[in-house]
Amino acid sequence: MPDFTATIHVRPKGEVRDPQGEAVAGALRALGFEVADVRTGKEIVVRFSAADEAAAREAARTMGDQLLANPVIEDYTIELGAPASA
Amino acid sequence: MKVAILLYPGTWSERDFAHAFTLLDIEHEIVWHADADLHGFDAAIVPGGFSYGDHLRAGAIAKLSPATRELQRAAAEGMPILGSCNGFQILCEAGLLPGALVRNTHLEFRCDWVHMRVESDATPFTRGLGGELLRMPIAHGEGCWVADDETLARVESAGQVALRYVDERGAATLEANPNGSTANIAGLRNEAGNVLGLMPHPERCIEDLLGGTDGRRMLELLREPVSV
Repeated sequence: MPDFTATIHVRPKGEVRDPQGEAVAGALRALGFEVADVRTGKEIVVRFSAADEAAAREAARTMGDQLLANPVIEDYTIELGAPASA
Repeated sequence: MKVAILLYPGTWSERDFAHAFTLLDIEHEIVWHADADLHGFDAAIVPGGFSYGDHLRAGAIAKLSPATRELQRAAAEGMPILGSCNGFQILCEAGLLPGALVRNTHLEFRCDWVHMRVESDATPFTRGLGGELLRMPIAHGEGCWVADDETLARVESAGQVALRYVDERGAATLEANPNGSTANIAGLRNEAGNVLGLMPHPERCIEDLLGGTDGRRMLELLREPVSV
């Protein structure tokens, strides 16, 4: 089965406060940047095998739903890399 | 009454609970999460700590433990279940309680004493304590409870807010809230009332030596088995 790389970007939902982002915004302002807003998140890179691209996307979606993001507070997007050994 | 105290890798408060139940003369056993079988137990505790190092999110990896399915089964059958601190986070991640616990709004790990008012006595751990003020220690970095507006309205109207941070006079002020939690929520119960989660540590205030005994008032209620 070909290898895929799924990059899952997890970030707090728009209505959820992101105190880490607020702290970073304050620090960037202290550096002299006119920063309006900062949102922080996580990038999770998963390398795995799947039968084809559709199966890989499906697997990445399941990983996001069941573990990588908490739907109560977070949204996520998936970037699927081409198979490494196609 | 026999109480199961669940132990995950990274749990740190299981011995404090065991000590508390020893003092209270309540039979208990520390149970490894992967072997968790709650048959033969009358209540379960999900203690505080840093299960799986809090990696990804607090409680996120622990929710995949076989213990979660056992907790779900036992909860559906009405077993009294108490989650404190990381235990509260695990119960939310596992879907046994609504909402989620996120970073304290001030980003600090807060180790302190707080006051709470008992808002719901419809749990096995707050029976007869309605309206009482309790003083307990906290020690957490991710105790800010959040949910969408609809969930918040639902838990408020259903009386699921079991404990609220208040000041010494019982006012739910901004200053009394140690972590920015929505509506000063310190503890929540499920709809049936048998599952309670709270950020404070009742097991750490059960004798004068520890600076307070209000935790005893909750934990000693387990002496008398109840069906909710």
